[in-house]
Amino acid sequence: MIGLTNYLIVAAILFAIGVLGIFMNRRNLIILLMSLELMLLAVNINFVAFSQFLSDMSGQLFVFFILTVAAAESAIGLAILVVLFRNLNSINVEELESLKG
Amino acid sequence: MSFQDIVFIVFAAILLVSGFRVVTSKNPVHAALFLVLAFVSASALWLLIEAEFLGIGLVLIYVGAVMVLFLFVVMMLNIDIELLRKGFWKSLPLAAVVAAIMVSELILLIKVRGADVKPANDVMHSASNSHALGKLLYSDFIYPFEIAAVILLVALVAAVGLTFRKRKDSKYVDPGKQAKVMRADRLKVLRVQSEKFLEQPQPNADTPAE
Repeated sequence: MIGLTNYLIVAAILFAIGVLGIFMNRRNLIILLMSLELMLLAVNINFVAFSQFLSDMSGQLFVFFILTVAAAESAIGLAILVVLFRNLNSINVEELESLKG
Repeated sequence: MSFQDIVFIVFAAILLVSGFRVVTSKNPVHAALFLVLAFVSASALWLLIEAEFLGIGLVLIYVGAVMVLFLFVVMMLNIDIELLRKGFWKSLPLAAVVAAIMVSELILLIKVRGADVKPANDVMHSASNSHALGKLLYSDFIYPFEIAAVILLVALVAAVGLTFRKRKDSKYVDPGKQAKVMRADRLKVLRVQSEKFLEQPQPNADTPAE
C-alpha cells in the first residue's frame, strides 16, 4: 500500500536533485530556473500528499496558489533572461556584474 | 505488491530519473523536455492519490504553458553551451555531498517521526476532488484567489514591459503633437511671379507633309 512516507521520500529526493542542479549549473541561468521548478514541484508533491492523507483540502489549494505564483515567476524570469541575453549576448551568471555585487 | 504500488514505483522512478537528467543534460532543449517528462509523471503520482484537479492542472499549466515558454526561450537564444558547462564536473563533489546530506536528513526525519498517518483516506473518496476544491476556492479562499489573478496580470504586464522593444521604423505619431499642429507649420503660400509666354510650340517637324 502506498503510504504518505513514499510520497515524502520521493519529494525529498526530487528536492535534493534540484539543489544538486543549482550547485552544478552555476553558470547556466536557464538550467538554474529549471532546477527551481523541480524544487517547487517537490514541495508541491509534499503538499498534495499531506493534503490527501490528512483529509485537508487547504493543502491542495495552497498548491494551486503555488502553481500560479510559479507560473508568474518563470514568465518574468524568462523575460529577464531574454532582456539579459539581448544586452550581454550571454546568459553566463558570472558575467552579471554590473551591480557590483 | 498491489498494482497500485507498481504504478507508484514506476512513475516515481521516471520522475526521479528525468529530474536527474534535467540537471545533468548537456543540451538545454533536452533538459526542458526531460522537465516535461518529470511534470507528467508527477501529475500521474498526484492522480494516483486522487488529486485529480491538480494533476490535470499541472499538465495544463506546466506542460502546456510554462514549458512551452521555456522551450521558446531556449531555442531563441544562441547559447554557447561549452562555455556554460565549464567547471560542471568540478562542483560535483560538493553538490553531491550537500544533496546526499539533505536527502539522508529528510528521510531520517520522515522515518523517525513515522509520517504514515493512515492509508489513503476514505473521506474524500465520496466527493469529487474538483468539486470540493471549487467549493473551498470560491468561499473561504476567494480573497487569495483574486490576489492570484492580480499576480498573473502583473506578471503578464511585467513580462511584456520587460521584453518590449521600440521599433525604429514605427510610424507612430504622438496624438498630442498631432492636435497642436497649426496651419502655419504645414502650409506656406508662395507668391510666384507669373512667366510670360514666349512662343508657340512648333508642330512636329518629323511628320511628313501632305
